[in-house]
Amino acid sequence: MSAANKELNKQVKLSLAKEGNPLYFDNQATTPLDPRVLDAMLPFLTNQFGNPHSRSHQFGWETEKACEDARESLAQLIGASSKEVIFTSGATESNNLAIKGVAEFYAKNAGKKHIITTQIEHKCVLDSCRSLEEHGFEVTYLPVGTNGIVDLKVLEQAIRPDTLLVSVIMVHNEIGVLQPIKEIGQLCRSKKVFFHTDAAQSVAKVPIDVNDLHIDLMSISGHKIYGPKGIGALYIRRKPRVRLVAQMSGGGQEKGFRSGTLAPHLVVGLGAAARVAQQELQNDKEHIERLSSRFLTNLRKNLTHIVVNGDEQQRYMGNLNISFSCVEGESLIMAIKECAVSSGSACTSASLEPSYVLRAIGVEEDMAHTSIRFGIGRFTTEEEVDYMVDLLTRQVNRLRELSPLWDMLNEGIDLKSIQWTQH
Amino acid sequence: MAAKWSTLAQTAQIRQFAYHQNVLDHYSNPRNVGTLDKSDPDVGTGLVGAPACGDVMKLQIKVGDDGTIEKAVFKTFGCGSAIASSSYATEILEGKKIEEAMHIKNTDIAEHLKLPPVKLHCSMLAEDAIKAAVNDYKKKKAQ
Repeated sequence: MSAANKELNKQVKLSLAKEGNPLYFDNQATTPLDPRVLDAMLPFLTNQFGNPHSRSHQFGWETEKACEDARESLAQLIGASSKEVIFTSGATESNNLAIKGVAEFYAKNAGKKHIITTQIEHKCVLDSCRSLEEHGFEVTYLPVGTNGIVDLKVLEQAIRPDTLLVSVIMVHNEIGVLQPIKEIGQLCRSKKVFFHTDAAQSVAKVPIDVNDLHIDLMSISGHKIYGPKGIGALYIRRKPRVRLVAQMSGGGQEKGFRSGTLAPHLVVGLGAAARVAQQELQNDKEHIERLSSRFLTNLRKNLTHIVVNGDEQQRYMGNLNISFSCVEGESLIMAIKECAVSSGSACTSASLEPSYVLRAIGVEEDMAHTSIRFGIGRFTTEEEVDYMVDLLTRQVNRLRELSPLWDMLNEGIDLKSIQWTQH
Repeated sequence: MAAKWSTLAQTAQIRQFAYHQNVLDHYSNPRNVGTLDKSDPDVGTGLVGAPACGDVMKLQIKVGDDGTIEKAVFKTFGCGSAIASSSYATEILEGKKIEEAMHIKNTDIAEHLKLPPVKLHCSMLAEDAIKAAVNDYKKKKAQ
């Protein structure tokens, strides 16, 4: 463990491997609260309970100041002005607001009705686009390469005179790939099209400066950066100005973009998470890259026929989605039950279909059923990574002994040549 | 380190409320994992399912001269319920006559393993595997 993380572990006594809890390797699903964030939040759950919009007394003034300080911390983290940051209930709401809000405004005032996004976006983006399609908008869903990355030429060709918005997720939640955001931003700026990016999995993990990257709208999630759940933010550029129609009507809070009382404990939590993230930026990067590299290298030493889904270089190292040939995902998750991970396979979802993301990057269905996502984070330790590698090795080998597909692979039988009985 | 975390495994087990103890038992200690010689005239092989669906079962039976199943083995690519279903299938097959084997219903398997509705298809696939193995044996004998 690096020096800084050792200190952290001592100070905070936060061990995720406490009695009774599985080891946590699902940091894309959510992250634990950094104890420094909890410290910042507590006063607002006890004595400082005021409504930040109460103008006439101290209870309001102090919580308002705390919220504005949090806003400033978050803005600094992303290279924006605090006037450009509004708080929402999470990245899902931010995505909805960005896409629907911008679409509604510019359809009415500029007659534009075309939106471009990708096939691998998070469900909330895809669903927002689908809902817009029902209101007369046209949406192009760009395909991605087998490495999961958008092709800039394909994007350029898709842009039309009536395109109002391009939305591309920065770091992907399922496979961890990092899109060429700066190039996409430059392209959109040159064509005068707004560029929105879902940065829920990216903030404080990859360097972000909204001006350098030419981003016009950006969604942020609190609980992916060791902050609380239930809070997020949307960055909305002021120069050149991006206008949008609010989706939450009410008292006009958040500059009229998002009505509703701000929750000081959550807002302060997000601000604290941003400050802590800024502090830990370099340390987190080194820690996670080291552990991720250790994990993958050792896993590859022990096991053959494993595939990392998505580009191996253009990615965030803390997210590894791996397919284990001939071993079904749910049975593997059960085999490693003392570790919390997520599966890209169908058994864990209601339908029998594997993940749409894996399908979009061209992963064959049988391999899609064998995929597991490992998320390494600030609080993951080297011991935990070593234990995971060892456990995976043993269990994958055990399950391969049970698998007829592994036998066939070893006998040199091509699985595609067999007439399977459909069910 | 391993000792400290072995307690995790036990505690984590308790949280497997989606799976019944019978499934977990067959999954952790599968019976009759293995392969028989396909070319043996007394062996019937059933291969059902598809990798694209996430479920493939290979079930083989060795039948004695009097039509009794002497040995049954399996290999499965699939979730815990699929592995348990095929393991249990080999367990109940041994000692049965092949005609009795054809009457094994997926509901027998599902009931024993207390499979939830979403996993019933695993027991159906196991029933298919049994029938496929018996039919393969019969086809060989007819030649």
